[in-house]
Amino acid sequence: MIGLLASLLDGVLIGAVYGLAAMGITLIWGVMDVVNLTHGSLIVAGMFAVYALAGAAGLPVYATLPIVLVGAFLAGLALYWISVHRVIGQPPLMSLLSTFSVNLVLVGLGTAIWSTDLFNVPASLPGFSLGRYTFPGTHLMAAALTAVIAGVLYLFLYRTRIGKAVRAVSGNREAAELVGIPTSQVLALAFGLGAALAGVAGMLIATMFPFTVLSGDAYQLKSFVVTVLGGLGNPTGALLAGVALGLVEGLTTPFVPVSWTLVIEFVLFVLVLIALPGGLVQLWPRRRD
Amino acid sequence: MKRTLLAVALAASFAAVPAYAANEITIGMTVSRTGALNVDSTTQLRGAELWRDQVNARGGIKVGGKRYKVKFVEYDDQSQGSRVQQLYTRLILQDKAEFLFSPYSSGLSATAAVISEQYGRVMLVSGGAEEKIFQLGNKHLFQCITSAGHYLSGAIAELKEHDPHAKVAFVYSDDPFSKAVVTAAKKQAEEAGMTVAMDESYPPSTTDFTAIINKVISSGADAFLGGGHYADGATLARQMHDQKADLKWVSILVAPDSEKFKTLADAAVGITVPSQWEPQVRYKPQFGPTVAQFTKEFHAKFKEDPDYHAASGYVGGLLLEHAIEEAKSVDPEKVAAKLNAMDVTTFFGPNKFATDASDHGLQVEHPMVLAQWQKKGGELVKEMVWPDAAATAKVQYPLH
Repeated sequence: MIGLLASLLDGVLIGAVYGLAAMGITLIWGVMDVVNLTHGSLIVAGMFAVYALAGAAGLPVYATLPIVLVGAFLAGLALYWISVHRVIGQPPLMSLLSTFSVNLVLVGLGTAIWSTDLFNVPASLPGFSLGRYTFPGTHLMAAALTAVIAGVLYLFLYRTRIGKAVRAVSGNREAAELVGIPTSQVLALAFGLGAALAGVAGMLIATMFPFTVLSGDAYQLKSFVVTVLGGLGNPTGALLAGVALGLVEGLTTPFVPVSWTLVIEFVLFVLVLIALPGGLVQLWPRRRD
Repeated sequence: MKRTLLAVALAASFAAVPAYAANEITIGMTVSRTGALNVDSTTQLRGAELWRDQVNARGGIKVGGKRYKVKFVEYDDQSQGSRVQQLYTRLILQDKAEFLFSPYSSGLSATAAVISEQYGRVMLVSGGAEEKIFQLGNKHLFQCITSAGHYLSGAIAELKEHDPHAKVAFVYSDDPFSKAVVTAAKKQAEEAGMTVAMDESYPPSTTDFTAIINKVISSGADAFLGGGHYADGATLARQMHDQKADLKWVSILVAPDSEKFKTLADAAVGITVPSQWEPQVRYKPQFGPTVAQFTKEFHAKFKEDPDYHAASGYVGGLLLEHAIEEAKSVDPEKVAAKLNAMDVTTFFGPNKFATDASDHGLQVEHPMVLAQWQKKGGELVKEMVWPDAAATAKVQYPLH
């Protein structure tokens, strides 16, 4: 019984981080209708950033978070102006191709520099034990930081003027322009924010698991699943859907062979989509303000 | 007149090419420079390169009265079977490789073997332990390393001495090598009187083992046997440490043998690994370098100690060289005949190939050893702990 509880709890912890990664995609998707396929690379960039900063520069691991946040934000701004600005308003396929090609370039560069070697960030915190099961401190810290960041994002979107501008642009770009909001800059900002979330998610994942240059793909896939489950454009939905996915993983693993977990996850995903095309978020009334 | 001159010049240049190639043997192979298998594949290549450089420094392989230099042609297979298929065909047809070395890993070696057998090329398999590769009716495959079924016998024998009724969790990667190892090991464990508490495979691309480790803890297992290749093995070790799984005995395949495993620091302590070869073995070679010479020369060239993948890469070349010298020819049939008759000991240990059609090329003499990471004076050191005759240190049991 405790085994099941341990599994569930750990699922929630890791699911929260999946949710954080997904928040990056859903923000960009919701605000500017762009499918950001450089998301995986940004996650990996966050992983390498914490590896370099904590390893080579010797900074304490969690102190790197603000650096990664700002760095990824700036990288997102750059990516926006390079590959996304021109394809805003075009059919979604254009932005997909654009970000996909930038992703290939980034992964290729990364492979050329670091090959596909496995990297490990030596982060350890005292964990919390329940009987024979231990929850690694790194998982607890990652989930806690995710909650903080999600909270800050919520405050930003719903309690600041700029946040309001972002929501306005995502609602109706033309109308926003008409009332004098500099939409290009707001879009760039939103993209930067999405990138920052991806980078920080990568940083937190790196404190928990080893990674390679190619790790981004798997997390990007999970991010998309979580994004759709949570409802496009809804960061809160993404976080909750991430936790839900983590719960599903935690629930199934003690009972079925591990190789079945992915199958069950995706079957459930398809079922949810059939029943609730708008994502899990359809289950509760949406805030309108 | 000009056109005739040009034609003659072209013809002459083509005629010149064989004369250049006549004093050279081309050995073809693919290497996983990228992808999940890259750590160990690169080490295997380094062993082979050391052999090639040393042979060429001596003037080349002696073939009767002449000396043939060795040339490698290698491509990146990206750890993918589909690339192996294309590239070995290319190596044989376009690069005219006379002999082949296998890629790294049983899965990729099996694919390469299909191609090499199709064209009748001799292939030295240093990276494929799975028995099945050699049981499909081949004539020119030669396995230089101990086969998969024997990998965990040492770990089980050692565990039996400390806890004959241990509860064992088998958790392994869903790939041909790991499955072959565990199928044999499970039988050996049950015959030794142990209970199988868990038997589960995971997709090779798995990066998070938290849930699996919780399952191992739930199963009440005392010992953990399994893993796959470097990435998953290293992650398993780290997460078992983070989650305080506190198992009494852990044997992980492949990963802990690499020098890189040291980077796991405390997570590495006590972990055992079945190994084809360690720098501390005491084999006396009939030809080729001694254990100490090989270790020193590898270290001098690559600034790190060789692990068993490097040694197996080197011995592939060494055995091929010996066979060619004995055959006094580079004709594949003559070389294969000499390899079939071979029963030798090198720095790598004894090597003899099965000659029966049902499992031609399977390695029948080479033994495994068991190594364990131990903390000596604050430093992480890999010691040999089994078999007792070859041990350099006492085994640490339980691990913590």
